[in-house]
Amino acid sequence: MVILVDRDTRVLVQGITGREGSFHTKLMLEYGTKIVAGVTPGKGGLEVHGIPVYDSIAEAVREHGMIDASIIFVPARFAAEAVYEAIDNNIKVIVVITEGIPVHDELRFIRYAKYRGVHIVGPNTPGLMVPGQTKLGIMPSHVFKPGRIGLVSRSGTLTYEVARELSKHGYGVSTVLGLGGDPVTGLNFTETYDLFASDPGTEAIVLIGEIGGDAEERFAKYYKNLGDKKPVVAYIAGKTAPPGKRMGHAGAIISMGMGDYGSKKNALEKAGIPVVDKPSDIPNALDRMLKK
Amino acid sequence: MKLFEYEAKGIVSKYGIPIPHGELADSPEKAREIAVKLGGEVVLKSQVLVGGRGLAGGIKIASSPDEAYDAASKLLGSTIKGEKVKLLLVEEKICFEKEYYLSLTIDRSNRSLVYLASPLGGVEIEDLVRKYPDKLLKISVDPLIGYNHYYARQVAGFLNIPREYWRELDSIMYAMYNVMSEYDAELVEFNPLAWRCGGGLIALDAKILIDDNSLFKHSELKEKYGRELSEYEKKAKELGFSYVELDGDIGVIANGAGLTMATMDLILLHGGRPANFLDVGGGASRDRVKEAVKLVVSHPRVKVLLVNIFGGITRCDEVANGIVEAIRETGLNKPIIIRLLGTNEEEGRRILSSEGYSVFSEIDEAVAKAIELTRR
Repeated sequence: MVILVDRDTRVLVQGITGREGSFHTKLMLEYGTKIVAGVTPGKGGLEVHGIPVYDSIAEAVREHGMIDASIIFVPARFAAEAVYEAIDNNIKVIVVITEGIPVHDELRFIRYAKYRGVHIVGPNTPGLMVPGQTKLGIMPSHVFKPGRIGLVSRSGTLTYEVARELSKHGYGVSTVLGLGGDPVTGLNFTETYDLFASDPGTEAIVLIGEIGGDAEERFAKYYKNLGDKKPVVAYIAGKTAPPGKRMGHAGAIISMGMGDYGSKKNALEKAGIPVVDKPSDIPNALDRMLKK
Repeated sequence: MKLFEYEAKGIVSKYGIPIPHGELADSPEKAREIAVKLGGEVVLKSQVLVGGRGLAGGIKIASSPDEAYDAASKLLGSTIKGEKVKLLLVEEKICFEKEYYLSLTIDRSNRSLVYLASPLGGVEIEDLVRKYPDKLLKISVDPLIGYNHYYARQVAGFLNIPREYWRELDSIMYAMYNVMSEYDAELVEFNPLAWRCGGGLIALDAKILIDDNSLFKHSELKEKYGRELSEYEKKAKELGFSYVELDGDIGVIANGAGLTMATMDLILLHGGRPANFLDVGGGASRDRVKEAVKLVVSHPRVKVLLVNIFGGITRCDEVANGIVEAIRETGLNKPIIIRLLGTNEEEGRRILSSEGYSVFSEIDEAVAKAIELTRR
């Protein structure tokens, strides 16, 4: 079992003719993702790696029937429009890879998605992947081996680093989901935990957080009060980050007295979630939690 | 991007929010002239972007134009937390009875806007959140619905503002909402919003943060972007890197924000101190890597450079060539420790080893080695 997507998920690529869109369409196809169509306004009629391109999602749906999920590579200033088009065409999972979207746009489309019962992954995310089944993202596939650990993260390359540590110790991944590096994201740790909690294929969860915001603290509070729960191990990046400075991600900033490392570590540990000092300590912490 | 107080006040007053009369002074003479115009008694406020300027002595009160001249002579050219004072906002001194805190900002976890109000004006929001959470009212604003006038009644009740001033508070709060959406702001803050002697509200201070991602919509603001950065941070910005200067001696280059932070944290964990955060981004070419290496290594505080690359879209051979070229071109002789993993790792290792560099696969080992070298 998996969360949100699986090998049968029928996928649309928005912004398929762009450099990134076309490059990753190729890699996703090689991985086995069922991409049925692409959309780039004004480029309808083309083909990208054998995938037909349409001017609008409505046309793609007319030709190919229901589409389950979309992955968006559209430039930041047009991204909100692309998300609305996907939502209005009843696509239920939308992965927004685009970085640099204005935060007020994000607030609006994330709220709209919520009202329409749509899951948004990202923005500014490496995407979503079920090892051995499907990939709606830009992560290097070979790093992720199939297994029973749910991986949820606010970062990209750091997640690859953690996945490598996991496979070195014989752990595989059930689903990996990048929440995204922006201040507001479609999914948070709590919602993603719930998805993993109801997935029988996920035995434990590795949470990779970073400074900024209070998503980790909120999850800790939620988790603490749960009756029946799956083990969680956490790593938080940014212990050395100074307040008031954005550390690469728009969301990685300690501001208004919130979001520092200490507060996250405390909150998680109080909830019974071990917070390891370095990525290479994660497998041992999992061993302890799973009593291996 | 943070705006100067005078810029923020310029914006909010266009939207009808009451602020003190005032003008900018870049010389003591000008400060005296403004004081004469405003009737003698004035407040001189250093225009800097760093926080906490009041406690750092950046605000002075003068009771006559000559005192304003003297105060301006002391403030102009002085340094507040490392930032030089070039401009003063000289304002009429306002008589007030109470100070409130009022802001509109983004509630990340609720994915909405939120008004924050407190009767404890003048206290930094950091302290309000931590120490006096019961003195802080939060009103969530649905981003698809926008402003509702009942918010003002709620705030008025919490702050004990008399009924005849509800309309005034309402128009201030509505104006804040309009500034927030029209300027793509992340924060519009009045701290304090004062209750005047004899009644009425006035924004004694104003702070606006603009969302960097929306600057493409605001050309007049875009030119100002980056002015609060250090010399190295400016250079990095021109080159398109995410870069933050820190105070240690181990230069850090990595790919991806999370991995870069994790690399810095590992340096601290092993007993060293990182000199910077530099994320070369995904798919960095050899030229970008070259520029990154040059930038970090040229900083006088950097004794050792640690490069940590997890190749996905980024190719290790491009990284290796970039490093080698940077050193060849600059002739800089600082030790470099490299951790390479992923796409084209073997080729990258070969290029670097033939130039005599040590290449690691495990980040913990690379960090330990870098720290050891700073201690030689």
